[in-house]
Parts: sequence; structure tokens; C-alpha cells
Amino acid sequence: MFYWLLSVIRRPRSSRGWQKWSSARSGASAAKAHSVALPAQAQVVICGGGIMGTSVAYHLSKMGWKDIVLLEQGRLAAGSTRFCAGILSTARHLTIEQKMADYSNKLYHQLEQETGIHTGYIRTGSIFLAQTQDRLISLKRINSRLNVIGIPSEIISPKKVAELHPLLNVHDLVGAMHVPEDAVVSSADVALALASAASQNGVQIYDRTSILHVMVRKGQVTGVETDKGQIQCHYFVNCAGQWAYELGLSNEEPVSIPLHACEHFYLLTRPWETPLQSNTPTIVDADGRIYIRNWQGGILSGGFEKNPKPIFTEGKNQLEIQNLQEDWDHFEPLLSSLLRRMPELETLEIMKLVNCPETFTPDMRCIMGESPSVRGYFVLAGMNSAGLSFGGGAGRYLAEWMVHGYPSESVWELDLKRFGALQSSRTFLRHRVMEVMPLLYDLKVPRWDFQTGRQLRTSPLYDRLDAQGARWMEKHGFERPKYFVPPDKDLLALEQSKTFYKPDWFEIVESEVKCCKEAVCVIDMSSFTKFEITSTGDQALEILQYLFSNDLDVPVGHIVHTGMLNEGGGYENDCSIARLSKRSFFMISPTDQQVHCWAWLKKYMPEDSNLILEDVTWKYTALNLIGPRAVDVLSELSYAPMTPEHFPSLFCKEMSVGYANGIRVMSMTHTGEPGFMLYIPIEYALHVYNEVMSVGQKYGIRNAGYYALRSLRIEKFFAFWGQDLNTLTTPLECGRESRVKLDKGMDFIGRDALLQQKQNGVYKRLTMFILDDHDTDLDLWPWWGEPIYRNGQYVGKTTSSAYGYTLERHVCLGFVHNFSEDTGEEQVVTADFINRGEYEIDIAGQRFQAKAKLYPVTSLFTHKRRKDDVELSDLHGK
Amino acid sequence: MPAPTQLFFPLIRNCELSRIYGTACYCHHKHLCCSPPYIPQSRLRYTPHPTYATFYRPKESWWQYTQGRRYASTPQKFYLTPPQVNSILKANEYSFKVPEFDGKNVSSVLGFDSNQLPANAPIEDRRSAATCLQTRGMLLGVFDGHAGCACSQAVSERLFYYIAVSLLPHETLLEIENAVESGRALLPILQWHKHPNDYFSKEASKLYFNSLRTYWQELIDLNTGESTEIDVKEALINAFKRLDNDISLEAQVGDPNSFLNYLVLRVAFSGATACVAHVDGVDLHVANTGDSRAMLGVQEEDGSWSAVTLSNDHNAQNEREVERLKLEHPKNEAKSVVKQDRLLGLLMPFRAFGDVKFKWSIDLQKRVIESGPDQLNDNEYTKFIPPNYYTPPYLTAEPEVTYHRLRPQDKFLVLATDGLWETMHRQDVVRIVGEYLTGMHHQQPIAVGGYRVTLGQMHGLLTERRAKMSSVFEDQNAATHLIRHAVGNNEFGAVDHERLSKMLSLPEELARMYRDDITIIVVQFNSHVVGAYQNQE
Repeated sequence: MFYWLLSVIRRPRSSRGWQKWSSARSGASAAKAHSVALPAQAQVVICGGGIMGTSVAYHLSKMGWKDIVLLEQGRLAAGSTRFCAGILSTARHLTIEQKMADYSNKLYHQLEQETGIHTGYIRTGSIFLAQTQDRLISLKRINSRLNVIGIPSEIISPKKVAELHPLLNVHDLVGAMHVPEDAVVSSADVALALASAASQNGVQIYDRTSILHVMVRKGQVTGVETDKGQIQCHYFVNCAGQWAYELGLSNEEPVSIPLHACEHFYLLTRPWETPLQSNTPTIVDADGRIYIRNWQGGILSGGFEKNPKPIFTEGKNQLEIQNLQEDWDHFEPLLSSLLRRMPELETLEIMKLVNCPETFTPDMRCIMGESPSVRGYFVLAGMNSAGLSFGGGAGRYLAEWMVHGYPSESVWELDLKRFGALQSSRTFLRHRVMEVMPLLYDLKVPRWDFQTGRQLRTSPLYDRLDAQGARWMEKHGFERPKYFVPPDKDLLALEQSKTFYKPDWFEIVESEVKCCKEAVCVIDMSSFTKFEITSTGDQALEILQYLFSNDLDVPVGHIVHTGMLNEGGGYENDCSIARLSKRSFFMISPTDQQVHCWAWLKKYMPEDSNLILEDVTWKYTALNLIGPRAVDVLSELSYAPMTPEHFPSLFCKEMSVGYANGIRVMSMTHTGEPGFMLYIPIEYALHVYNEVMSVGQKYGIRNAGYYALRSLRIEKFFAFWGQDLNTLTTPLECGRESRVKLDKGMDFIGRDALLQQKQNGVYKRLTMFILDDHDTDLDLWPWWGEPIYRNGQYVGKTTSSAYGYTLERHVCLGFVHNFSEDTGEEQVVTADFINRGEYEIDIAGQRFQAKAKLYPVTSLFTHKRRKDDVELSDLHGK
Repeated sequence: MPAPTQLFFPLIRNCELSRIYGTACYCHHKHLCCSPPYIPQSRLRYTPHPTYATFYRPKESWWQYTQGRRYASTPQKFYLTPPQVNSILKANEYSFKVPEFDGKNVSSVLGFDSNQLPANAPIEDRRSAATCLQTRGMLLGVFDGHAGCACSQAVSERLFYYIAVSLLPHETLLEIENAVESGRALLPILQWHKHPNDYFSKEASKLYFNSLRTYWQELIDLNTGESTEIDVKEALINAFKRLDNDISLEAQVGDPNSFLNYLVLRVAFSGATACVAHVDGVDLHVANTGDSRAMLGVQEEDGSWSAVTLSNDHNAQNEREVERLKLEHPKNEAKSVVKQDRLLGLLMPFRAFGDVKFKWSIDLQKRVIESGPDQLNDNEYTKFIPPNYYTPPYLTAEPEVTYHRLRPQDKFLVLATDGLWETMHRQDVVRIVGEYLTGMHHQQPIAVGGYRVTLGQMHGLLTERRAKMSSVFEDQNAATHLIRHAVGNNEFGAVDHERLSKMLSLPEELARMYRDDITIIVVQFNSHVVGAYQNQE
């Protein structure tokens, strides 16, 4: 089957890389494939012969899977892969992306040796230029993170930049980052090499075969329908690049893969008279929005402009990306930027302006994983112009996912299930990618929010809160208040408030936090995912006991904090479950769990018409009343005693609030502060809110936002799923053994792993760090992902951070590992190990001393006693 | 000295295009307006007859003249930056998009852009736009005032109500009248689309309402009982005439409130032309009184643009108008009724609202002025009776109504006061708007092909192209774009920033020498809807 393929690959090549564009068209040998009939069945069918598809095929076959078919509608490596600029860069913002790129780099490096196919791999290194101090901070942050995962890089001066690259104008630079092991490579050749290696391992590759749709029965992939016939299969992998969205929709039960293409331009020049050395480093000038690499003695330069041109919104499905229009006028700002950076280019002759569409996703991260609705339907697409860098690593993780059921790293940030159908509107995607594409080269500062595609899901109180000065952030399409700007206060404009330092809302959030501590605040938390599980008999309890790690057989009205673990004991979800009655449960999960948690529950729940799972997220508005005075507000509104004796902590009761009946009141606040969550049927939302605000007035009530909540919860060492916890962290690793029913003799998913961990000890431990010598006003603020050093040794990274207004210090949460000094192997982390270290947190290259804590600061829990609570017994000696 | 030559060039050009009302009277009239409007002699192209010349010539003209000279000899003072130019051009721009409802009941109008650039201080042009709520259709109009802004202001507030009422069926009129009678809430008739600078007079509101009510009461009384199809053309004509009649009556009757009394007199003694479009589905009616113009932009099959005029100017250039005037008055007046291309040698537009000086008998004029407030009495202009004034009225507000059935190739309608038309040819107007709206301003794309081009050469070329295009990118409003061209175009039809900057930085008292008030409304039609109408038949 792969003979034709090899013959394509083995054709004589006098020239490298780009010039084989034309020769790739002469697919005389490829024509042979037409005569070959498709197999009737296969284990896996992969759609797409670009770098993603071939990488998945390569890795699956390496892992020993046989019976894999790869289908390509045109020719191999003929889509974005063919036009890719061929820059492999490991300098990424997410650690998982850095790891994928690092693996890709190593894979491509040895690919030529492995397959004998020339890939044009040249280790050139790359230089990221900083024209501003803020850009340099951003680079320093990346630099710190690259170093701790073993990718060499350094911050260098403009002078050094000039030495590394002779043609650069460095006068406007403040510094740069040099990553010496980055490379350039011909992506089309990499794809062909991967395909060749895969076919040697038994993967069957067919080109000019289009998939019409994927066949699904009972939520499981059963095969694919192509223009050349059907193939039965168990797994389907959608690596269709820009066409992944359309392909996903072509199913009877559509799979939503939110991505959208934008035109992308780069310029090719003829060679210099004295050609550039082939190992001249690649330049990324993000402030100038351009990248530059050497290309056959000349220059290849493109960029990510401010005004991108989205295309194919209507889903125009042409076979391959034909040469789209060159648009010089559109390229003009990038050309100006290029000539400013390399003035000597003026005299260089133009060869071509290439227009190659790239795909972008709504959050600038790629999409991988299994569809939440169709089992066996995997996706790897939406590379945001980094397909070559991610190709190897992403293919590997997806292959692991398919073979083992989960990848070896936590890839939640890239998981398809972070999206739902709500992100799949064409209009939304078109608008959002126009923001995402420029963002690739924009400065990424903490707490940045997307501006497009907003106000999709809102609470019924949205307008009320907005009128009171709410500033909004978006999570999973839902608008959530960040903080409330008082009427007399003027915040900086959006552009100006981009800072790595103390933000302009500092005092606003401070006053909200203070109000939470001393009086009472209301936070609209309607975005949280809410499920109800009911059954006629004990089925609900039984299945939940198996799916959740904590004991749920509690008296009616009790609330249980519990994890939903995987086989490895890692958190798939962290939620609060209230037992509404013997047979029904109310489950509250993070906002972005709506799709993932649903899919997980559906996967394990038996087909039983007497067991009902319902998503009631939209039915309830959630108000969080935080603060010591919440009790007073609520008892005044309900004429019911709300004191701890009558309404103990972690308790849930349906009661009336104001005129409205049937409000689910829960004594918890997600922050560790006293107070209540009110789950209000949406038609009562405005009424209850108004009542709470008017009654609360005499108790000093005010609105608060998520920033206040975040500060409160981090100060109290409350870990959140998706930020601190992921699929690779277990309850034991974050000190939550008490939330696991290990000793109850009940089976649940992850139990074995936890038992083993209990016996062997944990290899990492969630720790709270309080920054000691950090000046809030003058120093850079921590964000997340900062390396943690123990006695000068790297031990892990922070996962979230916030300023603790009570402690008056910055607080970071993060995992501490114990790497062996000799072998680098992970060793057991004990409480003693944690307590006996001297810690430092590295913020953009500057280290700050930190105190490590395994338990929250207890003084925070002793609430200030209210004056009218003082009684005689307080005078008694204890 | 190149700069002065350039500065005076428009003056020469404008003189050749000589038109407009003998505005010299303005200077005697200053207390009628908020600030003294002033038109230098040289721009007026006023009647050369020595008697009138001395009578009308502003006392300060010699001063003005020297000022002009001095200005011309120090030309380098006025430079506005592009953002300053933009803030001047955009100060009065307004855009309205017709909201869409899920594909249902879609209007044949996509929306409109409008804008004004003052030359007089204060501006004497007005504009109005409104959607009829009780009938279908949208009303848009431009109003060019003269001898002050009082009349154009009143017409801009009132005319659409008269038109809307004329269009209302009998039952609706009854319903409204009953509501007024019984103190219930009134049916809204018009949804106005106003720029914040477009104001309505609060003081006169009650007076205007009463006049309007009298009108609809008469319409109700006149109704014969049989429900006849309302004819838009007739409705437009009736509304125009009725409003002008009311203006005239209000001035004769006066008002106990001295402010209002003075106001109605100011309205009646000043004048205004009106050009109003009524769009309902594919039916487009244009009612025109005076020398503003409605121009339809038609896109030919090859993509080129052609202009179709939907109104006739009522001035000396229109032979039929001259004929009409001569026929309406005795033969012995044939020479005096149109003289120096003006009505009675004075007024440029041959039809207008207000201007009772050309409508009332001499007796009536004298009576009203004598019984009027002192300000009126002291005013030389109002007291002055036009020469050869034998058989009034010489002037009418009756509009000429044209009907056009919209076709898919009819892309937009430009309504503009003569300030635009005297500086730009209609063909250029339509081409500039057409290219702006369709994004055709993009020049042919560049392709390198097999040529040997260096990056430097390409960069130079692109920078040049961008500079050319910048004027387009600066405007979000077709009317603004048109004004930019009207004021800033050089000999080659391209916007010249230097020229634009000079024109806009002219001191208040000089601006009128170089340009007139410009008011533009560009209505965009919905070709899909228009096409659908066509297919229905």
C-alpha cells in the first residue's frame, strides 16, 4: 500500500523544500492509489494527511496499533502543512504547549535518520525581540519556564542580538530572548517522513479520498462513508485542519469543533548576492507583528496583522488550498515593519507573497481529544499557526489518549470538551478569530479577557449589575462580574490597564474583600454548572458512590465536597453535591465542566430510564452571600433562624426568601468565609436580588465580583479545579484525604490508585506560598506558572495566585515535587520535606522569598466577634 | 504667490456658478439670528443695480474687503492636522441602520448617512429623517434656509408631521383626534432619527401642535366617508402647501407670548427650500421646492455608476420655471419678474417656504410690520418692499413631486442642498458615493507576477496607495466622505489635505466666501428587498 507513497517520497530531489510545490503536483505515482480499493474495515480511520494526521498515524503505529487507515482528500501534506513557514519554536505560553513543541523538535531532529527522508531540519535557534519593557517581562516569564523544563534559553541584550544576526536593526530594542535549539524544517517533508514511517509500520494511506460523513450508532463511531466506499472502524480521528469544523457538522449527530480560518500572508524573496548562512537564527518581532527566517539564501517573513481577514465562513470546501489572492495592500504594515527591522532588505527582490489560510480557535489553544457526544471520535485540529511546532507532541498525546485512555500529561487546556455547542456558531467563530489572530503577537498580560463574542450567556441580573458598575469577564460564554467600579471612580482604559504590575482595580477589590470579611457581599455566581441526578430507587446513590470519591450516603440536606476521579486517582472534576432527598442529588461544578462532566457521567451511567441526569444550569440563578452578616440578611428575609445551631455549615434547605418560595439555600460560599449560596429559580432572581439588596442595606451589603472571591479563596487555600487541580492531581496530593472514603470499604473510580498512593506516599504536594519580600506596589505580580525553587532547586510551578488582603501579602498555590538531585527522578514528598525548605518564587527571572504552608493560616478562620454577640460566658475562663 | 492663487481659485469658480439669493440683506438682519451672519460683498453676486447695491451693501464691506486682502497675503497660518480636520468634518455626522427582524418585514431602506458642514454661522441648512409609524415608509429631507435659519428650522420640525398626517387614513385621524379630545395617550406618528445637534423648539411646540391639529380636523371634516386610496403625491403637495399656509397665518395672527410672536414673524420673513424623499417599498416619491436636489445612484451592469436626477431645480436655470413665473403674472412684468437670474432680481430659488415678502400684499406686509415687535420695525430688510412688486404672490411652496419605482440597480439616493451641487458635478457625486459604499475604492490589486521588484520599490508603491485610500478609511459615513471630497478635491478629483485644511480653517466670517452650507443625506437601498418586490410581480 505504501509503495506509491514511497515512490513519491523517493523521487529524485535536486532542490529542497518549497520548490517541490510544483513537483508535488505531478502525482503520477499517486494515481496508482486510485485503482486500489479501500479496506472494508479498520481499527482506526484518520482523516487528513497533513502533519497532524500523519503524526497521529505515526505514533499510533509506534505504540503497536495495527490496522490504521489514513485518508486524505487531496494529496498528502498539501493543505496548510504545505504552505507552513516551517518555523519550529518552543517558546510558548502554556507549559503543555512547550512540552509538545519540545518533543516535536526532538522527533523531527531524528526523523531523517529514522526514515532516510530529508526534512530540511536545521537548528537555527530563534530570537524573540522586545521593543518594550512589558514585552521583555513577558519574554522573561517564558524564559523562566523554558529553563525549568530543560529547554535552554536566555535573555540577551540588543548588542548580543546584533552579533547573532548581522542584518537586524537593534536600536529600538530593550532586549531579547534567545532559544538556541529552535529549528526550521520543511513541514511538508516532515509530514511525508512521518507518513512513510507510519506506512512502514503498517498504516495504510489513501489519497484523493474524501470522507463524506462519519457513521455513528448509539453514540459510538462505527465507520466512515467516503466517496470511494465505506470503512467500518472503531475509532475515527478528525485531523482535517480547516475543514475539521465542517466535517464535524456533517455527522448526523454533529460534533462541534470550534475553529475558523483566517488568511495568513508571508513573503518570499530571492537570495542575497552573498546568501545568508543557513543557520541564521529565526527572528520573532512580536511588537512589529512579524517573523523572519532565512529561506534559501533569502528571507521568508510573515506576520499576524491587527486586521485579519477571516475566510471560508460559509464553509467553502475546496479540495486543497489553491493559491489564494495575494493582497499586498493588506501586507503593507507588515512589510513596513520588516523593512524597519532589516533596512538592508530594500534592495532584495520579491519572489512571491504567499497566502496560506491558518486555523484559529476561540481561545488560541489547539483542540484535541474525544468528542463528548460520540465515543471513538477523536479530534486534533485548530493549531493557531503552530501546527508544525505542536505536530509531533500533539500527535503523541492523542495517540496515548486513544491507546491508554488518557494522555501522559494533563491536556485539559487543549481538550475538545472545554468547548460546547455554544462556541460553534459561525458568526461567533468569525468574530472571535479576528481577535485571536492578532492576539498571537499581542502582549499577554494577567487577567486578560476576550472582547469579541461576548454577552452570550448572561444571568437575569446582568443589566442590574452592569448598571451598578460591574466589569465583566467571560467563562464558557457566561458573563461574570469581576468587580464593581464605584460611580466616582475612573478606571484606566482597557489598553492602558494592561500591566504586569499592580492593577488599577486593586483598591476596588480590596474594599469588596473587606466587605466580605466584615459585613456581607453578593456575588452573582450563576455560571456554575448545575446538574440534578434523580432516580426511582437507589440507582442514583449507587452510581454516584462509584463515580465520586467522597461518601455521598449522607443525611438528606447535607452537602458533600467531593472529587470525581479517574482511574489514576486524578480529579476529572471537583464539585459540591447536595443530597436533596433520598433519591435525588444536586451537583455544582465549575463553569467549564458543563460538557466534560456531562460526558463523563453519561459514559459511566447505565442505560436506565429510572435514572435521570439533567442539566439545570440555566434554571437557577446563583447568588453567593458572603460575610458574617449574611445570616442576618437571610433570617430577616425568611423569618427563619439561620444561626449555625439551626442551619449548620454545609447544609442545604429549600426555603422562602422574600416572596419567593423554593429557593435552595446552602450554607457554603466556595471561599471558606461564612455565608450562603442561594440557588434561585430564574424567574425569582430579580425579586430575591432586590430584596437581599434592600434588606442588606442596613448591614452594609454591596456587590462583589470574582476577583474578590478569588482573593478570598486563595488566601484560605481553597484549590479550584481547572486552575490548581487537574486530571493528574489526586486528593492526597492536595491534602484532601478527609474527602475520600478510603476506609469505608466502598469501591469507586480511582480507589486503587489512591490506596497505593497512600501506601507509597505522594510525589507532589499542593502547597500555599506567602510571598515575603514582595512589594505589591513596585514588584511584578505573580500570575500562574511561576517556577518554585526550594533551597535553590526547581521543585514545581505555581498554579494560581492572588493578593491576600487580610494577610497583606501575595499568596500563590503550587505543587512541590521532590526531584532527585542525581537522577532527576521524582521522589516522595513528605510534610517534613515541604516544611524544611527555603522557598523562592521566580517571577520573570526575579526570585522572591516565600513561606510554604500546607494548611491555611488559621487566624483567618477566627471570625471577628460581633459586638452584640458578646455574652457573659465570654468572660468565663476556658 | 502660489497659496493665495489657490485660495482664490474656488472663489472664481464659484462666481462663475453664480447663484443664490441676494443675501446681502442678512447683515441688517443680524439680531434675528443668534450671532451676526455676514456675507462679504464679493461672494454675493448680487444685483449690480446701483440703487439696490448701495441699499443692500453691508456697511462694513470696505473693512471686510481689506480683511480679505490681508488674509490673502498671509496664507501660511492655517494648518489643521488630519485629526483636527476629521473632528470638524465628523462633528455633525449621523448614521442610521434600519433594524432587521429575522428576515421578516424587511425595509427597502438599509439605512442612511447624513452630515452637515456649516459655512454660515450659525448654519442655515437643516435636515430631517423619520420613520412613519402609522403608515409604512420613511421620510428624509434637506432644507436650505435663507435670510436666517428660522424658517428652515421650523420646516424641518413640522413638515414631516404634515406629510404623515396627510398620509393617514381617516380612521387613524379619528382615533388621534379622539385621543386628544379625551386626554388619552396619542398614537405616535413619527420615529425621528436625529443627530444630537438637531433640535426642536420647545417654546413653539404647543403652537405648532395646534396648527397641525386644525389641519387634521379639517381632513376629518373633508372626508366624504368613502375610503379612498391615499395618493402619496397629493399628500406631499397638500402637506407642503398647508405648512406654508400655516406659517403665513401664524405670522398674521401673532401670538400673545412676545417670544413666540417674534418667532413666528422670523419664520415667515425668512425662507427655506425643501427637498423631501418618501420611500415605501419600491415606491420612491421626491417632493422638491427650491434648488436642493435628489440624485439617484444607479449601478450599471458593468459596475459603473450613473446619476439619475429625481428633482428639478426651481431657479433661473430651469426654463420651465421661468416660463411658469412669466405666465403667472401680467405680460408687462415679464422683464422684471425674473431679473439677473433672480426672482424680482432678488431671490435665487423660485419656490420656497416662508419669504412672505414675496407672497403677501404690500398692505399686509406693512400692517404686520407696524403691529409687530420693535425689532421687526427697526429692521431695514423686513421693511423693504421688493421692486416691481405688483401682483403678489410671486412665490409658492408648492412642490414638484416626482415618482420613481425602485429597481435593484438603484443603490442609493443623495439628497443635498445646493452647497454640494455647486461644487461637484452630479456624476462625480454618484461615483464617489457608489465607490465608497461598495468598497470599490480599492484600486486594482497588485500582483508581482514575473516582474523583478525589490522590497523597497514595493514598499514605496504600497505607501503611496495607502495614502490615496486613507480618505476612504477615515470615513464611516458616506455623507462625510462626500463632504470631504466636495471641500477638499483638487483639480484631479483627489482629496488634497492641504486644501481641505485651508478650507476648514477659514475664519467664520470668510467661510461663506468660499463655500455654502452643505447638507447631505445618503439613503442606501436594500437591493435584495427591492429585487424581491420585483419578483413578486
